[in-house]
Amino acid sequence: MRYLPLSGADREIMLGRIGVSAVDALFADAPPECLRDQAPDLPRRKGEMAVERALGRLAARNVSAGSVPFFLGAGAYRHHVPATVDHLIQRSEFLTSYTPYQPEIAQGTLQYLFEFQTQVAALTGMEVANASMYDGSTACAEAVLMAQRITRRKRAVLSGGLHPHYADVTHTVCGFAGDSITSLPPDVAASEDIISQIGPDTSCVVVQSPDVFGNLRDLAPIAEAAHRAGALLVAVVTEAVSFGLLTSPGAQGADIVVAEGQSIGNALNFGGPYVGLFAARSKFVRQMPGRLCGATVDAEGRRGFVLTLSAREQHIRRDKATSNICTNSGLCCLAFTIHMTLLGGHGLRQLARINHANAVALADRLAALPGVSVLNRSFFNEFTVKLAGRDAAEVVERLAACGVLGGVPVSRLLPGAGLDDLLLVASTEVNTDEDRAALADALAAVLGEIAAC
Amino acid sequence: MLNRQGRPTIAAGDAPVVASAAEHHTFTGNRALQQIEPLLFEIGSTERCGVDLDEPAPFTARLGALEAAAPVDLPALSEPETMRHFVRLSQKNYGIDTGMFPLGSCTMKHNPRLNERMARLPGFADVHPLQPVATVQGALAVMDQLAHWLLTLTGMPAVALSPKAGAHGELLGLMAIKAAIAASGEGATRNVVLVPESAHGTNPATAALLGFRVKSVPAREDGAVHLDDVAGLLGPDVAAIMLTNPNTCGLFEPQIVEIAAALHAAGGYFYCDGANFNAIVGKVRPGDLGVDAMHINLHKTFSTPHGGGGPGAGPVVLSERLAPFAPVPFVRRGADGQFALVEQAGEGDAAQAFGRLTAFHGQMGMYVRALSFMLSHGGEGLRQASEDAVLSANYVRASLADLLTTPFGDRPCMHEALFDDAWLKDTGVTTLDIAKALIDEGFHPMTVYFPLVVHGAMLIEPTESESKVSLDLFIAAMRDLAMAVKRGDVERFTGAPRHAPLRRLDETRAARQPVLRWTRPQPVA
Amino acid sequence: MADTRYTKDHEYIQVAGDIGVVGITDYAQQQLGDIVFVELPEVGRSFGKGDEAAVVESVKAASEIYAPVGGEVIEVNAAIEGEPAVVNEDPAGRGWFLKLRIADPAELGGLMDEGAYRDYVAALG
Repeated sequence: MRYLPLSGADREIMLGRIGVSAVDALFADAPPECLRDQAPDLPRRKGEMAVERALGRLAARNVSAGSVPFFLGAGAYRHHVPATVDHLIQRSEFLTSYTPYQPEIAQGTLQYLFEFQTQVAALTGMEVANASMYDGSTACAEAVLMAQRITRRKRAVLSGGLHPHYADVTHTVCGFAGDSITSLPPDVAASEDIISQIGPDTSCVVVQSPDVFGNLRDLAPIAEAAHRAGALLVAVVTEAVSFGLLTSPGAQGADIVVAEGQSIGNALNFGGPYVGLFAARSKFVRQMPGRLCGATVDAEGRRGFVLTLSAREQHIRRDKATSNICTNSGLCCLAFTIHMTLLGGHGLRQLARINHANAVALADRLAALPGVSVLNRSFFNEFTVKLAGRDAAEVVERLAACGVLGGVPVSRLLPGAGLDDLLLVASTEVNTDEDRAALADALAAVLGEIAAC
Repeated sequence: MLNRQGRPTIAAGDAPVVASAAEHHTFTGNRALQQIEPLLFEIGSTERCGVDLDEPAPFTARLGALEAAAPVDLPALSEPETMRHFVRLSQKNYGIDTGMFPLGSCTMKHNPRLNERMARLPGFADVHPLQPVATVQGALAVMDQLAHWLLTLTGMPAVALSPKAGAHGELLGLMAIKAAIAASGEGATRNVVLVPESAHGTNPATAALLGFRVKSVPAREDGAVHLDDVAGLLGPDVAAIMLTNPNTCGLFEPQIVEIAAALHAAGGYFYCDGANFNAIVGKVRPGDLGVDAMHINLHKTFSTPHGGGGPGAGPVVLSERLAPFAPVPFVRRGADGQFALVEQAGEGDAAQAFGRLTAFHGQMGMYVRALSFMLSHGGEGLRQASEDAVLSANYVRASLADLLTTPFGDRPCMHEALFDDAWLKDTGVTTLDIAKALIDEGFHPMTVYFPLVVHGAMLIEPTESESKVSLDLFIAAMRDLAMAVKRGDVERFTGAPRHAPLRRLDETRAARQPVLRWTRPQPVA
Repeated sequence: MADTRYTKDHEYIQVAGDIGVVGITDYAQQQLGDIVFVELPEVGRSFGKGDEAAVVESVKAASEIYAPVGGEVIEVNAAIEGEPAVVNEDPAGRGWFLKLRIADPAELGGLMDEGAYRDYVAALG
């Protein structure tokens, strides 16, 4: 088998050195009745060609986003990733290396983590960032746990604009950890009064902007109110490109910022792997979960980087650790760093302007259709469309049948919330005039009950 | 006409004797292919950009008052500079593709490139998680097939695919146990989790996070967990035990079936840390041992790349008792053969689901890679891989047993060989020094100082990917180091590594004066 | 002259009157290695005997410091927060952690004296 270098002759020699006649002698501690005498009932091995055929058939049963006009967002966004990024992350020394526990032979990984941390801190407007989390949703839950540790309070308040998956993950994780979580009802119009929910028992307020409905929220007054009550503001961002054009959460007073970094450097990948960004004020650094990379010097005084402040982590503190996390998002984190290096702050702003311009053009076009209204006053690259009297999920199915992936029905994320006529539509730099025309025409046809295709 | 002016040839005997390379400094500080690479912030500028972006047609912004006044203060590099920067960084890293990487408990096996090609098929990589389910049947089929392979290999009835790492899987397993206990009305009383002293730190950390009290099961001189020790701790307050099998000492727990039975009789659940599953794939099914929940590290056992620390994937197989509590989302196959996604906890198939652990559906990119690996090996190949992993570890163990010391006597191991530092006593050389000297020999060191219950532990896991040539070179290098220790050649060790891009790094300074990001140097007043 | 007592967890308490100065022993600082961080309690907090009173972190390890006896914290050594290396350099002197007003002097009886602690450490090997 092409991945197994040992030959029969090798095995014989090795058994001889060990002093047993067959490899099963090495499984002697397993209960004999549990030691299987046959290979598992699974298909026979396949050469590369056969594997490609089998998996290729499965891949062909999916409609890829690039093959049709595509307008989905809701926490995962289709952006153009430069060829350089994917090429570099496939270099053996990045792809096949491990967590940099032996820093002398891992300076490549450690330096890009240091660069990543610097980029994330700058983008979020915060003082310190960690070396990434699994994704934005788990980062959000970890932020609430962190706020609980810092304030020693147990009640967190979640905005009604928070992505429902993020809210569910936070409820699940923090609920099991003994916190109480108050979720405000879905806030389509960004009109909730979250400040009135802050009390002396509040550990943190969690607010997403742009929110799941696309609204931009002013965090500064919420931060002030939270701080007056001795609570923290956790800001959530699910579209990292928005950092290029919006006032940073840090500048608005956030104490912890968590984000989904997938938009920069990483493909859609049907939901994973993604990369969670986590940043905070430096006074909270010892309460931060996840890995941290720090600068230092080697025995000859040369600058180098190491994982540091490890005493917070599970392999040392064990049951008193800040979190149980061991893995970060390594390669996804590298992809983010490389793409962000190519863009720089100016490039990111330009990219963000293109996103916003495309979204504005699309919003205007859709709002002109009968039976369609755009609900947001302000938005970045995603907005909520109301399809008067129609079931948005059904409309989306009809659009898909006509070869247009038109958006995410709110009912997919919030079933039974009475929001079935709402559709989340995202538009990034990948959309062209033709795409916009295709969506508008198909939507008009579906809504007009005319055969759309 | 012959050209007699060409470059002179140096015959081997003519070459002048030069002093060691290390004594010769260069102007740049580079050493030929080994290049010093500054931080990108030190060489980039805000004027450069590595991406060509057009100016959009004029538009009226709808950003309210939240438009940023200025771009984020981060420099860029052009494409050629970006390539060079990251290529140079990569050259400072050791990877599996560089050489043997015997890191115990991490299963550093070969990462097949076919997996990368498959994961990048547009039908897998360029698909949004919230597309209409009819447009992603292939993706759901991948999840269904992966589930089938995992269930067959483990002999378990159910699997939750969504965790993004092993530790995330542990969280899922213990949450399912906690939910099951609550459902049977014992939530207030069953709040203790038993964890062996030898366990990986994520085990007690996970239990504590969920509000369990952690009670330690002592490690015995033979490295195993003993039924008597467990039985002494069992009671109506015990929710679960977390055992690693094979354990962190590289040994199959001999009393695992009895321990599981005793635990079940006392009303508790058996969580198995599956980090070492590579030792027994196709040979032993955890389901036959009495496991209630076990996470599987796809980035260990099933070859998805370690990527410098991630991303991982940690699906969890579940027993009948725990299956109803699995979180959303999961895949269901309808009568018509179409796949559906169950995404809402509390209704239908997910009536008892304990909640949700991640946005979207899980690590699809890693599922494709793992399935590609499984399809390539077939059932028989996976079994052979485990046999080779165990064979190789024992070959290393047997080849070093006369020079190194083992904590548990001369007995076979599973897929990893564990040595302690008794053989280093009074030599002036520590386990850490051995590791650093191995770096100079061209290897990534083995796992050191884990498990904590063994003094100066050295845990060597070759995996099935090493050729005999490679194993023999590693053994020879280790033997040479051991002989050097016996000779008293301490300096070879305490000065190591000498040939890596950097010497030993000052971790104390990094922790005492944390510098966690680059900041622009302030002009001197 | 203060009377110094020791715990099995390698804390010391130097007693003068009803005040005890608490820190970690030389053995403890050696075992921990280079100390990088200490977390001290607030002045005014009260602890029972054995309660977690402080945390000390080195590069590779972290340890809780338990109150050797019950009492109220009347002073903490801010100097070691800024310069944790002092704990390695002079654990029994400048590297002290906190001062307790001892609630119940009888609790001191359960601790080891200098000789007993020396024997205890020697037996640890």
